[in-house]
Amino acid sequence: MSTPAVHSLWTTAADRIPQIGAPKIEYGQLSPTLIIIGAALVGVLVEAFIPRRSRYYAQVFVSVVALCAAFAAVVGLAADGYGTTKAHIAAMGAIAVDGPSLFLQGVILLAGLVGLFTFAERRLDPAAHGNRVDSFAAQAASVPGSEGEQAAVKAGFTTTEVFPLLLFAVAGMLVFTSANDLLTLFVALEVFSLPLYLLCALARRKRLMSQEAAVKYFLLGAFASAFTLFGIALLYGYAGSVSYGRIAQVVDGSVTDVSPALAGTMGNDALLLVGGALLVMGLLFKVGAVPFHMWTPDVYQGAPTPVTGFMAAATKVAAFGALLRLLYVVLPGLRWDWRPVMWAVAIVTMLGGAIVAITQTDIKRLLAYSSIAHAGFILAGVVATSKNGVSSVLFYLAGYSFVTIGAFAVVTLVRDAGGEATHLSKWAGLGRRSPLVAAVFAVFLLAFAGIPLTSGFAGKFAVFKAAAAGGAVPLVVIGVISSAIAAFFYIRVIVLMFFSEPKPEGPTVAVPSPLTTLAIGIGVAVTLVLGVAPQYFLDLASQAGVFVR
Amino acid sequence: MEKLIALLIAAPLLGAAVLLVGGRRLDRVGHWIGTLLSTASFVFGLLLFADLLGRNAEHRTLTQHLWSWIPVEGFQADVTLRLDQLSMTFVLLITGVGSLIHLYSVGYMEHDERRRRFFGYLNLFLAAMLLLVLADNYLLLYVGWEGVGLASYLLIGFWQHKPSAATAAKKAFLVNRVGDMGLSIAIMLMFTTFGSFAFGPVFGHVGDASQGKLTAIGLMLLLAACGKSAQVPLQSWLGDAMEGPTPVSALIHAATMVTAGVYLIVRSAAVFNAAPDAQLAVTVVGAVTLLFGAIVGCAKDDIKKALAGSTMSQIGYMVLAAGLGPIGYVFAIMHLVTHGFFKAGLFLGAGSVMHGMNDEVDMRKYGGLRKYMPVTFVTFGLGYLAIIGFPGLSGFFSKDKIIEAAFAKGGTEGWILGGAALLGAAITAFYMTRVMLMTFFGEERWKNRPTRSPGAPSAEPAAEHRGEHAEPHPHESPKVMTIPMIVLAVGSVLGGGFFSIGDRFLHWLEPVTGHSEGHSPVSAGEVTAATMVCLVIGVAIAWAQYGRKPVPAVAPRGSLLTRAARRDLLQDDFNHVVLVRGGEHLTRSLVYLDHSLVDGVVNGTAAGFGGLSGRLRRFQNGFARSYAVSMFGGAALLVAATLLMRAV
Repeated sequence: MSTPAVHSLWTTAADRIPQIGAPKIEYGQLSPTLIIIGAALVGVLVEAFIPRRSRYYAQVFVSVVALCAAFAAVVGLAADGYGTTKAHIAAMGAIAVDGPSLFLQGVILLAGLVGLFTFAERRLDPAAHGNRVDSFAAQAASVPGSEGEQAAVKAGFTTTEVFPLLLFAVAGMLVFTSANDLLTLFVALEVFSLPLYLLCALARRKRLMSQEAAVKYFLLGAFASAFTLFGIALLYGYAGSVSYGRIAQVVDGSVTDVSPALAGTMGNDALLLVGGALLVMGLLFKVGAVPFHMWTPDVYQGAPTPVTGFMAAATKVAAFGALLRLLYVVLPGLRWDWRPVMWAVAIVTMLGGAIVAITQTDIKRLLAYSSIAHAGFILAGVVATSKNGVSSVLFYLAGYSFVTIGAFAVVTLVRDAGGEATHLSKWAGLGRRSPLVAAVFAVFLLAFAGIPLTSGFAGKFAVFKAAAAGGAVPLVVIGVISSAIAAFFYIRVIVLMFFSEPKPEGPTVAVPSPLTTLAIGIGVAVTLVLGVAPQYFLDLASQAGVFVR
Repeated sequence: MEKLIALLIAAPLLGAAVLLVGGRRLDRVGHWIGTLLSTASFVFGLLLFADLLGRNAEHRTLTQHLWSWIPVEGFQADVTLRLDQLSMTFVLLITGVGSLIHLYSVGYMEHDERRRRFFGYLNLFLAAMLLLVLADNYLLLYVGWEGVGLASYLLIGFWQHKPSAATAAKKAFLVNRVGDMGLSIAIMLMFTTFGSFAFGPVFGHVGDASQGKLTAIGLMLLLAACGKSAQVPLQSWLGDAMEGPTPVSALIHAATMVTAGVYLIVRSAAVFNAAPDAQLAVTVVGAVTLLFGAIVGCAKDDIKKALAGSTMSQIGYMVLAAGLGPIGYVFAIMHLVTHGFFKAGLFLGAGSVMHGMNDEVDMRKYGGLRKYMPVTFVTFGLGYLAIIGFPGLSGFFSKDKIIEAAFAKGGTEGWILGGAALLGAAITAFYMTRVMLMTFFGEERWKNRPTRSPGAPSAEPAAEHRGEHAEPHPHESPKVMTIPMIVLAVGSVLGGGFFSIGDRFLHWLEPVTGHSEGHSPVSAGEVTAATMVCLVIGVAIAWAQYGRKPVPAVAPRGSLLTRAARRDLLQDDFNHVVLVRGGEHLTRSLVYLDHSLVDGVVNGTAAGFGGLSGRLRRFQNGFARSYAVSMFGGAALLVAATLLMRAV
């Protein structure tokens, strides 16, 4: 066949195929996510092409710039009105750009930035063979205790891949809060989960424990993902679409153009209820609600402490963002079905987290149970099903994430020969030895306990107020009782630090670099500012409290 | 002119602040700063007094609004000062006598290394006392009331290294708290009844309140007055308060602070006039106390405690008069002022005697001192004549009026109250003559013996510097001490006459307190005659006992009454048995209740949660398979519950 003939065949064929329209992507509105993904890819290239000596600096530089730029982009979008009047659904219905998503993206980016500071800390661990090292394993692939590991330590290796992993996780979380269809939601879920599984396994000390935590997290996370995916499939079967708007319309019964192929299953409420419940379960796993919480203490304890802090803060923000959007955008027509169930989950989560925390002896596990109890408090705001409920949850998440990162950052400072001294008995009398560190930790604990003049009080007050206004008074009563129980173990730590005799061979407090100091300082500042003058931020959260449909 | 009112308080307050904050740098000039600022306050008082005299009687009430203290919807507390004839009288008494006693203290406290602090406290007292009498509402008055309580506490316990002084200060503080509670309850009752505690609205709406509420307010005010003015049943602290330095006894525990209760009752005249039951209680308290104090005064050998009993008794007269209503208000205040002069003079004289006698306070170790300290003798003697009511001197006029007013109350009550007042006059004559004779006349019992029997507590610590067992060499005090005594003596002699001739004091005060003549069953002349007879009897008995016979250096055992009176008529024993023991029983049972019941519930709850926590913890066994089961079960429950909700 001659060349012109082939050419004409191609062109005629092309003429006959209907045009596939290029998807319309609003790059400007997606810029925060795109910046982070781009930076993460650059980070991968850095690993490949930059000499080992300079990688740390290059990675930290790229990450900080990317997080700051993305935050600036979020602020720019919000200032442009995308959070309120210009809120709309971008990327062919896949991504919602609205108040809650911008607010939570801002919080995630800041949490990521502060978390990054703790990731980049290299002064706490004693230098290994003249090389400054961070909290992460020298070479993740080496078997713990093997000669390979020793060689890697001796060579001064550090796992600088943690920075791109962090950025990938952040990117996934950004999409997770703003996903407007179920497939995007699922992809985002996996995008932010997988880097976290890896990060959990990277502890420099107690590597076996760290790897065990990572495997547990991965197995249970995969298990939960399976439920989520199954739920998505059932919902698709119900609505014939994965788009949030479309499903909501079917739930309302306001849909008109029913495809004949789906007429048989569409509107089958059993599919909706089971699918919705399974999807919600996947999200409850991520927020660490009882009875899907059991991974939390083990993973929080085993993971490198900077990862724990970042994960505890940012995952919770992202997962609650997705949960809110799911319940308020997709399933509002179903709220009489899911509210009682969520009530029950909130109650067992608040009480369960608070009660089990009483007998914990490890500070990281204690904070893990504390985070479970806090998930319960936030769920109380979620079930308010009102605009105030949404904004109270947004405010709570903003305050809580900084307290959490700050608290875990303090945990990294208290060390003995074996690394971090996380057993509570070693914290006895810390206030006598290092009054400043103990006082800062006390501030965080008081914020966790919800004592006035801290962000914890303002957040808890907002959440409970919204819940009570939404008719959930018994929930509020139980919430307050749980707070009282929780206050016991927070205050107990304060008593231990300030009113117990220090042990002779107790831990020392390491002097951190400015990075960790900055992370802790930001934590304290946000905690006190949100506690003393919360009104501006409450207003901000209130403006951002409306989902686009 | 109103602007000056705040300066009255500001001057001594500044003094207190400067002296207490200034530290040791001011040790050398501190006492003069204190005296100067106190005198400045007196001068402001005189200027304001001249201004008031220049006005018509109806326009003599000045107010100065300083700032809104608690401006809340429905609860308005202002810092407003009110100067009228009643508060003016107090201002002049407080700042006048106060300045004289500042001057006296310069000499008296010369050897005390904490003199600067002493003057700081004295200034603090003046500021608080002036706030008390100048406040335009009860809440602000309460601030001053607590302020004088604090100053009194600090000054009674000024020699805090002496356990007796520390205990006495604590006792005064505690007993006063009981009274203060009465005042705060009264203020709360006023607020609930009238919606305000400012003088104007409260007095203006007395007619709208029920009789029961007014009686309650009146009784609570009376309780407050009893605490501050050492009236039965809250009298027990005053005798012990003599542990403080003598100028303090003169200023705070004789002339000014202890009369705050009388001020409170007279200021609240509108309330008491409308609550006859409360008034009756006031007269009963006054009559009982005037006899109580007088009897205690007869038995004491400690010169200051004898005078303290006398103070209690004289304030009893004032309270009695204040309880008589419009018949007596003016005379209560008049006796208060004259008493301020002669009692302050007597205390300063006692201080002067102690100063010359190595701080000995036991009158049985005095005697014949008139030769050695003539100025003290004369000024003390004039004060003595004034207090027993010698014709022409201050006490004669003021006390006589009160006795008349008591009879004028009418009916059986009048006879009883008048009789008590007359009896009190006789006892006053007795115990004051006793003090006079034991101190200045008779043989010189201090010669050829150490001043203090070994083991007896040292009254004033300065004694320890001066040689404990040396024979005393009585001598006259320095001018800085005698001049205030002379000035007060002049006041004791002339004050009563000046006030009474032409009813000057009555016309001055009447616009504030009101006045009415009672219907006395006996004429004024008969009352005066009876008083004179009582006076003569009292003096005569004292002379027979202490003038003709030598005074034994060791107190005889005495009758049952004497022994009881020496123990302050068993007041402390009563308090101990009834209040202290009772309180102990109550607290013990409450502690038991707290331990067994309250703590039981609390600890039980805690233990319950702890146990639950330990049990729940076991589910967290570390196996991923168990966690997965939990998740699976949870998911199944979630689905089932959601479906169930739809089914229901």
